[in-house]
Amino acid sequence: MGIIRTDKLAYEYIRRDEEGNPEGITRAIDGVSIDIVPGEFVAILGHNGSGKSTFAKHINSILHATEGTVWVDGKDVADPDNVWDVRQTAGMVFQNPDNQIIGQIVEEDVGFGPENMGVPTKEIWERVEESLKAVHMYKYKDKSPNKLSGGQKQRVSIAGVLAMHPKCIILDEPTAMLDPGGRKEVIRAVRALNQVENITVLLITHYMDEVIYADRVLVMDKGRIALQGTPKEVFSQVERLKELRLDVPQEILLARSLNEMGISIPENILGVKEMAQCIAQEYFG
Amino acid sequence: MLRDITIGQYYQEDSVIHRLDPRVKLAGTVLYIVLLFAFEGIFGYIMAALALFIVVKLTRIPFKYMIRGLKPVVMILMITVFFNLFLTPGQVLVVLWKLTITKEGIIIAGKMAIRLCLLIISASVMTLTTTPNQLTDGLEKSMGFLNKAKVPVHEISMMMSIALRFIPILLEETDKIMKAQIARGADFETGGLIKRAKALVPLLVPLFIAAFRRANDLAMAMEARCYRGGDGRTKMKPLIYKKEDRIAYAIMMGYILILLIARVVCGLR
Repeated sequence: MGIIRTDKLAYEYIRRDEEGNPEGITRAIDGVSIDIVPGEFVAILGHNGSGKSTFAKHINSILHATEGTVWVDGKDVADPDNVWDVRQTAGMVFQNPDNQIIGQIVEEDVGFGPENMGVPTKEIWERVEESLKAVHMYKYKDKSPNKLSGGQKQRVSIAGVLAMHPKCIILDEPTAMLDPGGRKEVIRAVRALNQVENITVLLITHYMDEVIYADRVLVMDKGRIALQGTPKEVFSQVERLKELRLDVPQEILLARSLNEMGISIPENILGVKEMAQCIAQEYFG
Repeated sequence: MLRDITIGQYYQEDSVIHRLDPRVKLAGTVLYIVLLFAFEGIFGYIMAALALFIVVKLTRIPFKYMIRGLKPVVMILMITVFFNLFLTPGQVLVVLWKLTITKEGIIIAGKMAIRLCLLIISASVMTLTTTPNQLTDGLEKSMGFLNKAKVPVHEISMMMSIALRFIPILLEETDKIMKAQIARGADFETGGLIKRAKALVPLLVPLFIAAFRRANDLAMAMEARCYRGGDGRTKMKPLIYKKEDRIAYAIMMGYILILLIARVVCGLR
């Protein structure tokens, strides 16, 4: 049984007009069933309003399902007794780095989670050190978060979740507010967690190029899972993706047309530089 | 302009003062302010200024940086000085139209100005050398007895530390909104008091909305990290008095003693 499992999950909210009168009911999530195995790296893709963030908030018991059930590590998240266990097992990183850093100093922020869990002082320090090292932010431990770049702040947020020793990390559009450099930093850190620390990762994003390394990609649209499979399988359906208002990364498109022309290039190359290198290697030997 | 407010901002430096227990610094600041009002003679001021000067030197924070904290209160300072200068009865020195400056007025205004400056600098020494977390930890621990009276000490201190953490972020946001409004023709600088106050509305409304949105996000992030109030929480940096802290207390006691002896024996205030 998977670490995160949902069964026909649905979430509805009532739309209201400016005076607060109900206008209608929106089904933000509509019957989503997934099963994520420990150690897996799963990405959820979708354009704005596809329900992907709403879905993520259910796993952490921040939102409560209208219908269906979510289990995290075998525990039903709807049960109030399980809430804190669930939040510790499945840590969550949010979009805006400024709005999730509580401490005035990097290390104090990373220690916030363990403090809440009642971890003894000595162990908090050990956890803070190892978490900051895991995201390569240890040398900034005494700095104020306000002095860090967006990517660095987001890595601190990841360390903050990591210090709670979760089995699984959910990242809700962690790169949406970052510049390309910061985005790369964060994605690299997330990949390292998955591969080195063997933590299950659920990455929610609308950037296609971030999901290339995922084991599995789920594409959401109008609250349902519209498409799923390995990144290769998903990317091969270019037309369907366009229907779902998602942009296929240019590198993938280029690789595909090169492949069609008989030049064999792997179809999962991220970044212009890497692409150029690969083509040069293929072409000039 | 808005970046100049230094109150509530931590200045990172490795100094004796920075390493002191926040409770020592809190007690010291309160004591200093009380003494500032209790001893208002020349001697008291010289001692107070000297003590503050030594402490500021020990913090290794550039003096210029410290002075910047005074800027936002210049207005209050001016008003205090103005009223004391013109409205104190006594020996008349100068008459300007309907306003008179008296000798007593000059003395009181001068004292007031010095006292306010010392007060603000001493308070900013504390906030500059103590992280808000330490500060609120200190408050939480020294006010712990209020818990018995059902005062939510932990919650209050948590609120304070978050408020302090968000000061620079909200200031930055204010700056941004201000620039955006100026770019669209808003005028914050000219006109009378009422016109200026009205001009602030398009600044405050988006600022408040943004602040509420942030608060909402932050609450969610805190809950996601298992925050559930003060019960069962452990501390990453528990407060334990060290040798340095005891020495600091001793120095404070010495300072009070000197002032008291000077007052009782030599009649200096």
